[in-house]
Amino acid sequence: MEDAIFQIVALLAGTLRIATPLILCAMGGVFSENAGVVDIGLEGKMLAAAFASATVASATGSPWLGLTAGILVACAMSLVHGAACITYRGNQIVSGVAINILASGLTMVFAVAWFHMGGQTPGLDNAARFLPISLPGSESLAGVPLIGPVYANLISGQTLPVYLTIALVFLTAWTLSKTRFGLRLRAVGEEPKAVDAAGISVAGLRYRAVLICGGFTGIAGTYLAIAQNANFSREMSAGQGYIALAALIFGKWKAWGAFWACILFGFLDAVAIRLQGVHIGAFAVPTQAIQAMPYLLTVLLLAGFIGKATAPKNDGVPYEKGE
Amino acid sequence: MTPAIELRGLEKSFGAVRANAGVDMAVPPGTIAGIVGENGAGKTTAMNVVYGMYRADAGEILIDGKAVRHDSPAEAIKHRVGMVHQHFMLVENFTVLENVVLGAEKGALLEAGLAAARTELQRLSDEYGLQVSPDARISDLPVGEQQRVEILKCLYRGARILILDEPTAVLTPQETDRLFRILKALKAQGTTVILISHKLKEIMAATDLVFVMRAGKVVAMRETPNTTREELAELMVGRKVHWQIERVKASPGAAALTVEHLSLAAGGVPLLDDVGFTLHEGEIVGIAGVSGNGQGELLEILSGILKPTGGLIRIGGREITPRHPADASEMRTLGLAHVPEDRLKYAMAGQFTAAETGMLGRQRVLPFKGPNGLIDRAAIARHCGDLMERFDVRPRRIEQLAAHFSGGNQQKLVIAREIACAPKVLLAGQPTRGVDIGAIAFIHRQLMALRDGGCAILLVSCELDEIMGLSDRILVMYGGKIVGEVAGEEADERTIGLMMANVWKGDAA
Amino acid sequence: MRAREKLPAIVDLVVIPLANVVLAFLAAGLVVLAIGGNPIRAVEVMISGAFGDSEAVGYTLFYTTDYIFTGLAVAVAFHAGLFNIGGEGQAYIGGLGAGLVALALDHTGMGWLVIPVAVAAAALFGAAWAAVPAYLQAYRGSHIVITTIMFNFLASILMVYLMVNVLIGPGNMSPESRDFLSAAQLPLFSDWLDGMGISVHGSPFNVAGILAVLCGIVVWLLIWRTPWGYELRLLGFNPSAARYAGVNEKRMIIVAMCLSGALAGFVGVNEVLGVHHRLLLDYALGYGFGGIAVALMGRNHPVGIAFAALLFGALQQGGAELSFEMPQVTREMVVAIQGLVILFSGALAQMTRPWFEWPFRRRLGGEA
Repeated sequence: MEDAIFQIVALLAGTLRIATPLILCAMGGVFSENAGVVDIGLEGKMLAAAFASATVASATGSPWLGLTAGILVACAMSLVHGAACITYRGNQIVSGVAINILASGLTMVFAVAWFHMGGQTPGLDNAARFLPISLPGSESLAGVPLIGPVYANLISGQTLPVYLTIALVFLTAWTLSKTRFGLRLRAVGEEPKAVDAAGISVAGLRYRAVLICGGFTGIAGTYLAIAQNANFSREMSAGQGYIALAALIFGKWKAWGAFWACILFGFLDAVAIRLQGVHIGAFAVPTQAIQAMPYLLTVLLLAGFIGKATAPKNDGVPYEKGE
Repeated sequence: MTPAIELRGLEKSFGAVRANAGVDMAVPPGTIAGIVGENGAGKTTAMNVVYGMYRADAGEILIDGKAVRHDSPAEAIKHRVGMVHQHFMLVENFTVLENVVLGAEKGALLEAGLAAARTELQRLSDEYGLQVSPDARISDLPVGEQQRVEILKCLYRGARILILDEPTAVLTPQETDRLFRILKALKAQGTTVILISHKLKEIMAATDLVFVMRAGKVVAMRETPNTTREELAELMVGRKVHWQIERVKASPGAAALTVEHLSLAAGGVPLLDDVGFTLHEGEIVGIAGVSGNGQGELLEILSGILKPTGGLIRIGGREITPRHPADASEMRTLGLAHVPEDRLKYAMAGQFTAAETGMLGRQRVLPFKGPNGLIDRAAIARHCGDLMERFDVRPRRIEQLAAHFSGGNQQKLVIAREIACAPKVLLAGQPTRGVDIGAIAFIHRQLMALRDGGCAILLVSCELDEIMGLSDRILVMYGGKIVGEVAGEEADERTIGLMMANVWKGDAA
Repeated sequence: MRAREKLPAIVDLVVIPLANVVLAFLAAGLVVLAIGGNPIRAVEVMISGAFGDSEAVGYTLFYTTDYIFTGLAVAVAFHAGLFNIGGEGQAYIGGLGAGLVALALDHTGMGWLVIPVAVAAAALFGAAWAAVPAYLQAYRGSHIVITTIMFNFLASILMVYLMVNVLIGPGNMSPESRDFLSAAQLPLFSDWLDGMGISVHGSPFNVAGILAVLCGIVVWLLIWRTPWGYELRLLGFNPSAARYAGVNEKRMIIVAMCLSGALAGFVGVNEVLGVHHRLLLDYALGYGFGGIAVALMGRNHPVGIAFAALLFGALQQGGAELSFEMPQVTREMVVAIQGLVILFSGALAQMTRPWFEWPFRRRLGGEA
């Protein structure tokens, strides 16, 4: 019994750690896509931010400067995406693809040129990283059944970006539904001409949304490089930006929906890791089947076989004035 | 008296097109002013400049005698100008209340602003007879009510100058009356109203004074009581207009197209409901109705673009039913041609050349598809040259992209193409929309000649004059049904108008 | 309503696209400068690395072949108004088809039979992998961009499963199949030339190159010279008008995507039957996305695509050489350049247009 609880808690804690970058990217996507800018460049921004934060953290020894660098680099890429999609009315998918490929290439170019370690950045000291935080009372509660292990290993003992992420989900949901900015943001994704006619700048709103998205993916990349790991390595985002995109769709472009989708996908991944090499009798559990679940579920949802996902009406459509 | 709003020498160009070439007008406060003019005269552009949607290239705007700059609608709103666009600027999945406060939220948090707006909305509704339910979703509201939301949006922002662009295009005559009563109530409270319309009858009924625009300028101003429809029409086009279309009596032949119990439903909503009629060789049947009452769907079904959900169509020995539908190319082989209501949506692709546009719909038949299965480019070029010659399409460049022709010339090319295949049945949707006056008469003559040659023509138009001038019989549609039929020579506007609003009680009324 | 100025065709079709590519390469030059390299020197190294001798040319043309296939794949879908971002997965699965046929039939020794069947299988598998997203787009309204992305990942997961659990060769430590016998190996041009007494260095450039050229010609004929291609382009420009013209939109989407997937699948032919001569992991990596850059740069026309593919093939080969000569520059520089080309030729394509409009503006204004 004790052991089962411990196993479950460990599984959930793993879920949370895996889901954190997904949640951050998905929340960024919530802002961007509700404002009408499709972003398949979450992956690239996260990767670039991971490299930038690892580089700066190793150079300065400060995780906070690393975080700042990660956010700045991701925001800069968001601005490029914004220029292409908002100012020059380019194809938003093409722009996102460009950002992903650019990030994949440039991180390696700079990593090799600066560090000569085959694309890695130097390993970080603990002082240069975000480490798990032990919340007060986790020691004394340890003996209490159920609550003890849950508190000590799930609620306590996470890194700062994990706590920040949970707070940001609340903030995202609240901003979209309760604030003037949120109302305008949703309006600009649905019907930009109504926003324009109301005397609000369509471009201004969309740039703000895209920049917020950059900030969120910046934190996600930083988390990968200096909280979850201790350096940058080649392609370390490993498609998580795309999974976040799938979660965004699976959550029907809503903050809480996307959050729970990320938790689900994170859980599946955590399970797959645990089942690697596990045999049930003579039968090896095909972990690939579990890994494929997020993609399959998203495909099925989009096809309308499980519920229906409707994007904001003008998501992905450049705004042009006129009749 | 200082004008509430005055324009001096307003100019605005889009690329090489000069939409406004020096617009001058002055509207006294507390009046309802009409702006009339043909399509493309620059009415909407001028008002969009006033509202800050476009920036003027030159000229001045004065409000209450003071020069203002409207670089965005925000400044226009600040100067208490409001505009109801022809295509509503509403967020469909928002509530009425959310739409009203958008851009006028009163603070960074929504709650207080929404509560204040709810009270204010109630007051405005009572004062002007603008009933709406604040928590209804826009997508659930009928068009007339959506328009009231647009007016409320303007009033909520304190508009003292209210511009309405073609507000009656989507309304029944009765809804139109109601709108005009609201506008008069607003005027009584001191609001200045500017009404853009090309419906002269409404302008005569609702306004105090009228500005006539032509080719980007105001060419005349009249006090409404001192002018007539005929004078305004003449001023709009710049020469005498002959409303009457010369015609000989029709001699209808055999049935060319029969429709029985035709219906179409989408998501449980009936769009067409038990429609039946017969179209004979050598006659023009006009379909009158406020746009959006099923005429569009009827044309789309008859042309094979949409599948019906019930009933049958008989054409050229074929019975078309929901179980045995025909697509657009099969309808063509059955002898049907189709000038669609929405030219840009259906009849062309902007990035195709004129030559490619001239074969659209017949890409798989001779002479365009050669015996080797490939496209015969020489035949296509020849064909397009012929079409351009016959309908005087300018410029005569078959390699020019369709998007680079003017609207009128695009329409001529489309009509030429559809007539060129000698159809047995022609569906003509808004055949003269966006075409200049001279070409209208030409197109009308072509349609009459086609009829006299034995073609059966189904004409859909929102210009009642066009329907009454061309049709041998008139069917009136309302709510997806045919609610009345009148013989062409007996048609009068009042009867048809009442039928269009579905309040016609027959001869007893 | 913002009327775009009408520009002479030469400006629209040649000058602006060229300017965009030049911008992309200038940006790449800045990157080289930033890491302390000399961009001029880098270009020299790349050119000699890509064209310096017969072996370099062979490699360049080998990579070019892959890019032609995926560039054409993206272009065909694009003309139908579809963004096929799933070239990666389709190429990967296409190779699986070719490989399965090779493994099943190579012992017959009949190359004339095995290779055509394997090529057909590559097309079929690639088409099938594209057909599912196409079907879901046509009949269920799912967004093809998202679905094809998902199918890239599904392809990759499926291949890992098959290679690790099913197709791994006896005695292999790494997830690779057994080597194909010679009947399932594509003839190399270097062998042919050797046979004719012309001495060249060996390179993987093989007869798939001929297939690529044929595909280019067929695609051109189909799209610009047949009624079917007319309908395809009509659908891409204006789906409503396509319905008005009697085009079966759903069938067109599926056929176009199958054609696109089949073209991408031929990457598997070039890679699996051409060089590796066995099934393995990740042989198609990067070509699907590279095809987007190639199609954008080549303006979705086979001739443009051929030139763009040659450029990317040369970059890939030259980039490998570059990393030997200038150790601070890695091969991934090529990936970065692809990204820059997609950015400037695709996403920011409208940015440079006003720069070329102003010389024509006054003249056009005068006409009004």
